[in-house]
Amino acid sequence: MSTTTSHEVPRSAPAEATAARPRRFRRDGSTVNFWLFTGPFLIGLIVFVYVPIGWSLWLSFFEARFTVTPDKFVGFDNYRQMLENSNFTGSLVTFTVFAAFIVPLTWALSLGLALMVNRLRFMRAFFRSVFFLPTACSYVAASLIWKMSIFSGVRFGLMNTVLGWFGVENIAWLANPDPPWYWLVIVSARLWLQAGFYMILFLAALQNIPPELYEAAAIDGAGPGWQTFRHITLPQLRATSTAVILLLLVAAYQAFDEFFNLLSKTTWGRPPLVELYYTALGQAQDYGAGSAGAVILTLLICMVTLLQGTFMGFGRGEKAE
Amino acid sequence: MTAVTPNRATHAAAPRKRRRTGRGGTLGSTGLYIATGVAGLLFLVPFYLLVRNALSTDAAITGENWQFFPTDLKWGNIGELFDDPTVPFARSLWNSAVVGVLHTLGTLLVCSLAGYGLARIPYRHADKVFYAVLVTLMVPSAVTFVPSFVLVSSLGWVDSLRGLIIPGLFSGFTCFLFRQYFLGFPKELEEAARMDGLGYWGAYWRVVVPNSLNFFAAIATITFISGWNAFLWPLVIGQDPDAWTVQVALSSYMTNQTVNFHLIFMATAISILPLVFVFLFLQRWLVQGIAQTGIKG
Repeated sequence: MSTTTSHEVPRSAPAEATAARPRRFRRDGSTVNFWLFTGPFLIGLIVFVYVPIGWSLWLSFFEARFTVTPDKFVGFDNYRQMLENSNFTGSLVTFTVFAAFIVPLTWALSLGLALMVNRLRFMRAFFRSVFFLPTACSYVAASLIWKMSIFSGVRFGLMNTVLGWFGVENIAWLANPDPPWYWLVIVSARLWLQAGFYMILFLAALQNIPPELYEAAAIDGAGPGWQTFRHITLPQLRATSTAVILLLLVAAYQAFDEFFNLLSKTTWGRPPLVELYYTALGQAQDYGAGSAGAVILTLLICMVTLLQGTFMGFGRGEKAE
Repeated sequence: MTAVTPNRATHAAAPRKRRRTGRGGTLGSTGLYIATGVAGLLFLVPFYLLVRNALSTDAAITGENWQFFPTDLKWGNIGELFDDPTVPFARSLWNSAVVGVLHTLGTLLVCSLAGYGLARIPYRHADKVFYAVLVTLMVPSAVTFVPSFVLVSSLGWVDSLRGLIIPGLFSGFTCFLFRQYFLGFPKELEEAARMDGLGYWGAYWRVVVPNSLNFFAAIATITFISGWNAFLWPLVIGQDPDAWTVQVALSSYMTNQTVNFHLIFMATAISILPLVFVFLFLQRWLVQGIAQTGIKG
C-alpha cells in the first residue's frame, strides 16, 4: 500500500460510513455480532479503565492510607491537602517550566529537521533514519547515557571534558539546583528522544503540500526561502502543527521516566506524576491523597486540551487543507 | 532488501516537488548537507558513547584522559553481564520479551475486533459505545496509574506477568485507530465474501485481516515499541526483582550503590538492540504507520 492511499482512506471515511452503515447486512443478527466483536474489548475497558477511574474518584473522598477499602469519609480534605501541599503545587510549576521549554523546542527542532530532510536529494532515507533512531531508545536508557556519560558531574563526563578543554571547571549538572543546570539535562534528553518522531509527522505533511502552490507563489514573485516558508509552508502545516503541539503538551504532562531516573535522589525538579508516585506508592501509601492529586491533574489536562483546541482551532485546519 | 524498496517508491514522487521549493544552487545544497550532517552526528553521539562504554573497562570509562576511541574492545563484558548474580538481567530481558509479545498480540486481537465492530457492524447503540471509548482518550493513561495499581493489587496481580500484560490490552486509542482504518477498508471485498455465504466472523478472518496485514504490522510495531520501552507501569507492578522488565532492571542500576559502568552500559546497549533492529528493518511500516496514525492523536 502506498502512503498516498493510506492517507486518503481515513479522511473520506466518516461521511461514507454514516451514509452506508445503517442498512447493510441487516438480516443476520448484527446485534449479536456487534457484541461478539466489541464485547471483549468493552469488558476490559470497563474493568481496567472505568472501574479504576471510578474507584479513584471514590477513594479521593476518603482517608485511605495503606488501604484501598477505606471507611472514613473526609469530603474534600484530600483535595485541600494536595492543593496546600507545596510539593504538589511546586510540581505543577515544574511541569509548566518544562512544557514552556520542551514544547516550542521540540516543535522547532522537528520542523527544522523535516525541512532539511525533505530537501535532501541523496541519502534522504539515511538521514531520516538517523534522526528517527533515538525513538528506539527508552527514557530509562537515555537517562542512563545522559546521567552517567554525557552530563556526569565528574571530570570524565563528556560535557565536563569538553568544557575542560576551554578551562571551565566541572559542573555538577544534576546534584545542585542552583544554578538549575538539570533543566539542560532533562530537556536535551527528551529533545533527542522525541524530535525524530515528530519530524516524521512533519515530513508526511510536507509531502502532502500540493506543488502547484509553490509554482503559483513563484509566479506571484514570492522569493524562495523565508517568504515561501512563511506564506505557504507554515500555513499548510497548520493542522499538523496543532496536532504536534497538542501531543507534545500531553506527553509533557505525563513526563515521569527521565525525571524519576535522572533526579531520583533529589527533592527538586519533580513533575506531577513523580510527586503522585511518591504520595501514593511511597512511604505513606496515601491512596486517598494520591487519587485526589490524579483527579486534579486529569481535570487540568482536560482543561488545557480543550483551551488549546479552542485557541488553535483543532480540526479546523484539517478541513481547510 | 525488500523492506527498503517501498520507501524509495514513496519518495520517488517527492523530488519533483522539492526541486521547485529548493534553492537549487550548489552552494545552498552544500550548506544543507553540512547542516544535516552536523545534526546527524549530534544525534548519533549518544549511541556512540553507549557502544564505546559498553565495550570498555571501567578504568577506560572513568580515566583521566578522555579517549574518544577505546584502545581495545572488551567483548567479554557481555558474558560478565549475564554472569553477574546481583542483577537478574537475563530474567528481566525474558520478562520484557514475553510481556512485549503477548501485549502486542493481545492488543491487536482485542482492539482490532472492537474497531471492526464499531466501524462495520450495524447496531442501534453503536454511537454510544463509540463515545464511551472516546471518553477514555481524554483521561491520560499515565494519570490513571494510581487507580489502576489499586485495582490490580486488589486482584492480587502485583509481581505477576498478568498484572503487566492484561490491564494494558484495552487501549481506547488503538481501538480508535482500527476503527478509523476499517471505515476506509474497501467494502466490495467484504460484500463479495458475504455473497459467498460467510458471516461477519468468517469475512473478518478470511478477507478483512489478510488484506490488512500492512496496517496490523504498523500497529504491532508501534505497540511493541511502546510496550518494550514502558517504565512507569512495570515499575509500579514489578516490586520483586523476578517480575522486573528490562527497563526496571536498568533503572535499578541508577540507584544501586556499587557502580560497574561497563556492565550498566552493556545492559543498556542490549536493551535497545531489539528495537534498533525493529527500526532498521521495519521502517516502512513504522514510518507509514506513524505518519498515518500519530497525527490523529
